[in-house]
Amino acid sequence: MTHREQRTLSVGALSRVEGEGAMYVRSRGGTVEQVRLEIYEPPRFFEAFLRGRAYTEPPDITARVCGICPVAYQMSACRAVEDACGVIVDGQLAELRRLLYCGEWIESHALHIYLLHAPDFLGYPSGIELAGANRPLVERGFALRRAGNSIMETVGGRSIHPVNVRVGGFHRAPSSDELTALREPLRQALDLAVETAQWVAGFEFPDFRCGHEQMAMSHPRRYPIEDGTIATDRGLRFTAADFENHVLEEQVPYSTALHAHLAGRGAYLTGPQPRYSLNSSLLSPLAQKVAAAAGLGPTSDNPFRSVIVRAVETVYAIEEALRIIDAYEPPDRPAVAVGARAGTGHGVTEAPRGILYHRYELAADGTVLSARIVPPTSQNQAAIEDDLRGFVQDRLRLTDDQLTQACERLIRSYDPCISCAAHFLDLRMDRG
Amino acid sequence: MTSRPGRIVVIGVGNEFRHDDGVGPRVIERLRGRLPGEVELVVTDGDAVRLIEAWSGASLAVVVDAVRAEPPSPGRLHSFIVSRSIVSRSIVSSGSRVAGGTGPGAGQARPGARQARPDAGAAGSGGGEARPRIGWPGSTHAFGLDEAVGLASALDRMPQRLVVHAIEAADLTLGIGMTPAVAAAIGAAAAAVRHDILGPHAVLSKRERIASSTIS
Repeated sequence: MTHREQRTLSVGALSRVEGEGAMYVRSRGGTVEQVRLEIYEPPRFFEAFLRGRAYTEPPDITARVCGICPVAYQMSACRAVEDACGVIVDGQLAELRRLLYCGEWIESHALHIYLLHAPDFLGYPSGIELAGANRPLVERGFALRRAGNSIMETVGGRSIHPVNVRVGGFHRAPSSDELTALREPLRQALDLAVETAQWVAGFEFPDFRCGHEQMAMSHPRRYPIEDGTIATDRGLRFTAADFENHVLEEQVPYSTALHAHLAGRGAYLTGPQPRYSLNSSLLSPLAQKVAAAAGLGPTSDNPFRSVIVRAVETVYAIEEALRIIDAYEPPDRPAVAVGARAGTGHGVTEAPRGILYHRYELAADGTVLSARIVPPTSQNQAAIEDDLRGFVQDRLRLTDDQLTQACERLIRSYDPCISCAAHFLDLRMDRG
Repeated sequence: MTSRPGRIVVIGVGNEFRHDDGVGPRVIERLRGRLPGEVELVVTDGDAVRLIEAWSGASLAVVVDAVRAEPPSPGRLHSFIVSRSIVSRSIVSSGSRVAGGTGPGAGQARPGARQARPDAGAAGSGGGEARPRIGWPGSTHAFGLDEAVGLASALDRMPQRLVVHAIEAADLTLGIGMTPAVAAAIGAAAAAVRHDILGPHAVLSKRERIASSTIS
């Protein structure tokens, strides 16, 4: 199939991506003419469904958008509703939120590293074959993930779609003893996370650079998770309230998801890699040491190396969880009162895959008048497409199968959560 | 996860915000208070890793999930016994029997394949046994039961006995509420689960008997 003037590659399904999607590539005369990442079913259903609901409901309802990152949806929803109501949740309640979020990062990153991404580097078609060939390795991934689960169960009430989160805080705050019980498993998990970083650092990484502006949250004192403003590596800074002035979404004909770009600047990337590039100096000393030993500089722009960033962030999330647990004093009340009022609120947090923005407009009685959700994956679509164009252009000598595999690999490196941006994304690749 | 001997877990897979995909969790709701107290009832989204964590160490795991089939027959109950990557279609605990192999309405059923693609049909092999889709369908959201079985087998985390009740769905798009034919199958599926756990001596309610008798 090589050396043809016209090629059209078709890939039936994009494997090992969260959700299903389609990709289409067309080349003519040795030039890539078009790369499309096709997405269906954006979260607009949830935006419409939220209209007319009480202001206390978005955290639970939007948590159902994604089974992988329900905490992210709950946290961005809480922050946006609290912003609309003029309430700031701080102190131990804010720390508990960060702890819960650490649980989700650990769980999500462990899953991606071991079952979705590592098989690419080790030459296995899937995590099943990897588990068959090296069971202890995958068991380590499970053990790491379990540490995240245990936080989700203790703080969130359960590991899937946590039920303990509410606007203003939690339904019930955990006791000191309950959190102390997490210490030992987390200490053990910390060793596993360091081993994981050492392991993935030994992978062979294709030489490829993402040339897009990188955007992440930013906080003056700590690595951003549930709190902060927004910044890019090219000097743009804004708050959640200004998100929609800077991030513009446009409809593309082949996709029901909207493509985002920065006003007057173009496509950009959010996710672990931008988060690291903008904030690596705020990681814990151990996480910084692990990153350096794994070959990461202060910034990172090779998407394939994002597997190392995820491992480093896992180290950090475990350490951060331990820090919060050690300093924990049960709050007087599990939640602060949040009274309804008319207004609009904005919330951003760092989901495992990047910035997740929510905006709610409330009536005086707290009824949701409108809602807006911008998940990380839809923000990254345009940048991924653009990167794929260059990536394919440099690899047209490959056979269809090889090129398809290479593209799938690159897409997996960005870890698109297509279920957040849409639900059924089918990856097709097509060259004529 | 706990792994005490004799542990029994019933797992409802699905998402109530995807119409008929919510049938698994609805069956779990129906079963609350109708099973011995030690039976664990779990609702999950079908993520293979979470399925494995839910059933690790169980002597009996019963999974209830929505399924797409071709040709479609919404509300039809397909029941399987699963062992180490093999799906046995020969036993249906609700009293109905699904033809093995590639029979109409049975051969193309894909347990767990809630977002199944057109090319991802089950590889029915006849003789009462069939291997479901082989391979990785592409996501932890779309992870089917077969991927969970494959991964659990590789990790030696299969329950001693795994029974699946798959209810044919008509509408898996975003939205709430279920197709009437699918909602009508909840009783029969709940009765089937009770039969799996309580055995032939299970006393079925009148409602369950009626529901069971309507399954074909």
